[in-house]
Amino acid sequence: MTAFVVRRLLIAIPTILFLIVLTFTLMELAPGSPFDSERGVPQYVLDNLEAKYGLDRPAWQRLGLYVWNLATDFDFGPSFTYRDRTVNDVIAQGFPITLTYGLLSGLVAMAVGIPLGITAAIKHNTWLDTLAVGFSIGASVLPNFVMAPILVLVFTLWLGWLPGGGWNGGQWNYLILPVVALATSYMASIARLTRSSMLEVLNAPFIRTARAKGLPMRRVILRHALKPAMLPVISYLGPTFAFLLTGSVLIDMFFSTGGIGQFFVAAALGRDYAIIMGVTVLYGVIVVALNLLVDLLYAWIDPKIRYG
Amino acid sequence: MIRRTLIGLTTVSALALTAAVPSFAADPQPGETLAEDQVFRYRLAAQFPTLDPQLNEETEGFHVIRQLFEGLMNQDSEGNLVPGVAESFEASEGNTVYTFTLREDARWSNGDPVTASDFVYGWRRAADPATASPYQWYVELTQIENAAAVVAGDMEPDALGVEAVDDRTLRVTLEAPLPYFPAMTTYGVLFPAHESTIEAHGDDWTDVENIVSNGAYTLESLSLNEGFTLVKNDQYWDADSVEIERIEGYVIVDDNQALTRYEAGEFDMLEPVPAGTFPRLQEERPDEANSVPRLCSYYYPFNFRAGDDVPEALSDPNVRYALSLAVDRDVIVDQILQGGQEAAYNFTHWATAGFEQPTMPMQEMTQAERDAEAQRLWEEAGSPDLDLRFIYNTSDQHRQIATVVSQMWKQKLGVDTTLSNSEWAVYLEQRREGGFDLARSAWCGDYNEASTFLDLMTTTHGSNDGKYSNERLDQLMAESKTSENPQEIYTEVEQIIYDDTAMIPIYHYALTFLLNPEIKGWPLENVENNWYVKDFYRTASE
Amino acid sequence: MSIRQATKAFLSPAANPFPDGVTVPVKGRSLWMDARTRFLRNKAATGSLLVLVLLAAFAFLGDTISPWDNETIDWGMLGQVHVVGGPSLETGHWFGVDETGRDLFARTAQGTRISLAVGFVGAAVAVVIGTIYGAVSGYVGGRVDDVMMRIVDVLIAVPYMFVLILMMVVFERSVIMLFVGVGLISWLDMARIVRGQTLSLKNREFVEAAIATGVRSPMIIARHIVPNLLGIVVVYATLLVPQMILFESFVSFLGLGVQEPLTSLGALIAQGAGQMRNDVPWMLGFPLAAFVALLFALFFVGDGLRDALDPKDR
Repeated sequence: MTAFVVRRLLIAIPTILFLIVLTFTLMELAPGSPFDSERGVPQYVLDNLEAKYGLDRPAWQRLGLYVWNLATDFDFGPSFTYRDRTVNDVIAQGFPITLTYGLLSGLVAMAVGIPLGITAAIKHNTWLDTLAVGFSIGASVLPNFVMAPILVLVFTLWLGWLPGGGWNGGQWNYLILPVVALATSYMASIARLTRSSMLEVLNAPFIRTARAKGLPMRRVILRHALKPAMLPVISYLGPTFAFLLTGSVLIDMFFSTGGIGQFFVAAALGRDYAIIMGVTVLYGVIVVALNLLVDLLYAWIDPKIRYG
Repeated sequence: MIRRTLIGLTTVSALALTAAVPSFAADPQPGETLAEDQVFRYRLAAQFPTLDPQLNEETEGFHVIRQLFEGLMNQDSEGNLVPGVAESFEASEGNTVYTFTLREDARWSNGDPVTASDFVYGWRRAADPATASPYQWYVELTQIENAAAVVAGDMEPDALGVEAVDDRTLRVTLEAPLPYFPAMTTYGVLFPAHESTIEAHGDDWTDVENIVSNGAYTLESLSLNEGFTLVKNDQYWDADSVEIERIEGYVIVDDNQALTRYEAGEFDMLEPVPAGTFPRLQEERPDEANSVPRLCSYYYPFNFRAGDDVPEALSDPNVRYALSLAVDRDVIVDQILQGGQEAAYNFTHWATAGFEQPTMPMQEMTQAERDAEAQRLWEEAGSPDLDLRFIYNTSDQHRQIATVVSQMWKQKLGVDTTLSNSEWAVYLEQRREGGFDLARSAWCGDYNEASTFLDLMTTTHGSNDGKYSNERLDQLMAESKTSENPQEIYTEVEQIIYDDTAMIPIYHYALTFLLNPEIKGWPLENVENNWYVKDFYRTASE
Repeated sequence: MSIRQATKAFLSPAANPFPDGVTVPVKGRSLWMDARTRFLRNKAATGSLLVLVLLAAFAFLGDTISPWDNETIDWGMLGQVHVVGGPSLETGHWFGVDETGRDLFARTAQGTRISLAVGFVGAAVAVVIGTIYGAVSGYVGGRVDDVMMRIVDVLIAVPYMFVLILMMVVFERSVIMLFVGVGLISWLDMARIVRGQTLSLKNREFVEAAIATGVRSPMIIARHIVPNLLGIVVVYATLLVPQMILFESFVSFLGLGVQEPLTSLGALIAQGAGQMRNDVPWMLGFPLAAFVALLFALFFVGDGLRDALDPKDR
């Protein structure tokens, strides 16, 4: 297993490098420049800006320099839009925020979704099944951009219980609305995958045998069924958590959290190449790491799974 | 609506004569009770990229910079010039040399005196190519001696025609007489800069722990895309008359979300109100809903590039005129925008200082007459079968206006329109490169004078994206720079644009906002919307 | 052995008497027949299927029965939409009008049409490409699996917006490009889920038996791996449809997708949400209702399909 982890970590390096090259190429080819504005900027201003950010160098040099700075100094370079910030500054501000609400949302979605899915599977085709499923899906029918304004309308304007946005250092009352808005959209997916997977496992021969032996249902589920049933859910959670941890632009936008999602989208629209690349690399590292974790979890769930 | 003739420019000369001008400050009226907690909280629609006065290029940042820093001159609630760091100035040699006398008690937030050399340093910094300020061109616009050569990198920054005669005397030499030069010093690019702080911290000098500023407030905290707080600067020379102790800014990108939070009482000022909500808000909150002119014009330029697949018919001015006639501006301003915008028949915004808006022939017709005329011209041109390529950047408002206009053309003239939206950067590139017949556009004045609009239509202007070109117009605009009576020229230029239908002007902007009535001192009459929180105060709620 | 039992045996791995799938000819058909019978017995599923059919009928026929089309502005409504623009039989605007006075019934119908197409294309791409990719990666394993999955990792992390913008620059904007744009992204998670299941499936006795009897790998994947994945694939595909419908509005925001005067459910919901405070509840209500109906219907149909395709389940 150690050999496997080491190998995967080694593969991660070319993977991230490939991601950087691909992203760099895409940005290079896409129209637009970070210094565009409605009022066509004079050429000499553009020249100065490009000189300052090294955009006057050939593309391969910029790419090489970027990778070099990243590898040697862990330096993502200066932001093109936030003139007094570096990308490291931006990530240092935004990442802890998205990490907090993303992790919480993921945990809430799991804490509600998984039990709902299991209940629905055990009580398959009963009213409890319908109720559990109906609840999970009902909570998630509203897209984020409908849910967020409704939450603020109800809890901020009408009831006056919670602040309508901001982060305030992650104080609990500022966390609730973003976490609820984000968690509900994943809850239903988790519940449904859990339910369908659990149904399949419950019908597997080894579970039937266990039940035939007269083991109590509770024990059968917890000891035998739960682990294998989690397999597809874990597959789903890998990329989902990667997404959650790097933030949702809608949540950042509607709740002014100052998280990284908003930076990323603003950067993409404003062609702030440095922030786009920085966040992409961060995201890539998280995706690779979580997928490694997922693979390790597979092996734990099903010891028969062998890699290599 | 009453046409106000703004007097921003004329007051300058009056000021030069009087040495003792009363400063402008928060001025509670008798009978008003001040609130315990003197705080002003407002919403920002976007995160400002920087708080560096020399680097900033947009309004959200400038609103904050104006509280943090102070230039030579300020504006009062009507946009007139009032003394800032300079207590007076003198213009000599036919408005080409300006000598500013700085007040003795002006202080930076760390206690250092604000001296003339702080201005020299700041201005050179703005002009220096190494600084790479996106507003570098503004320095060139001021006509300061050698500015053009310095920004182009042909001369060293210290060649710039500004010098510190002594700590309290700043002398500026211009290349051309510019009566409105003092007014230009109200803009952030020409604010002073604290040299030792900038040299010590480089790009990080505007960080909360480093920043040294000379305005009525200092930066207390800043979290990008969330908000910031400012607190009163006790070192400020006029700190005694500053009432508001604390400013809180909230970055809320979504207009509707911002409105809900305003209604929940989370802040005192919201700008702009979401599209379409202004009539309701005006009804529900008459004391709070405001609409003031904003110096921007919304227009659709035609594409005049040769060989850009533009339909042949569009080269006929009558066809273009018919398309313009068929656009019912009143429907757009009264039924779509509904926020106090004005229908536009000419380019320059009506509220521009010193600009007399010409009355165009179209304005004397009813819409029915315009439609009839449009149809007549259309038939005369042989009822061309058109499918217009129209580009716009993705936004609800642009989409709505484009939808309505395309339907007007379709129903009145039988013209089809293919609407293509793109995200901002792609749209800008398209507009620059061509490949469209009409493009949604808007232009905001850089300063409060008509040439900021009309220069756009000259052949070589960087934002003339329709590539309209008219020799007479170019010549007139060149003349206007030195003309004694530019208004005449502006009228003629507007007429040329109208006669050629170089563009379809749609509307002149208004700024819609909600303001808590407890906040007093808002400069409703300042058409440039430059507000200074030091002039505000908060009354106690009843 | 009855057909039913045989089918069961085929799909129930441990009890499968024909691990190499020799007896396929009869079973292939009967599996589906059997599934259909089971599906039709499921009331929620059949009811939901009916809802889907009705939605499809609304989407494809709606704007032909409406007195208004999706682009003509009812000028009399402009500027007072919140007063007179509501749903009404009299005005012929059954769902009311949008903020520019266009008929919302026709627009919702037309928008549903585009969104259904987008959702199903996205799901179909995910099912076909995602399943094959994931099954091959998981089954072959080793270096191939490493490379295939790292490619997926990169594709998940790459900033998608630029891919879409480049597509827009290189190709003409069209609805086809919208499908391609949606399809490009929809299969990635599916591939990961399928691979995870395959990793576990390939160690089961019936697969090992098939390998032992010399069945070739493509055959094993097609006959033994994929059928056992169907349950999870169907469920995940139905989860994908609403996601893709919302993703479409992002694609259209960039300019690659649906252009005015055409619209989509995602765009209508977003616009309606923007008008939430303007006393025009129908602008959000009707498009959202269509979306929610679709969501629920897909859920039960997906579930019904899952149950029907899982022969162990009774």
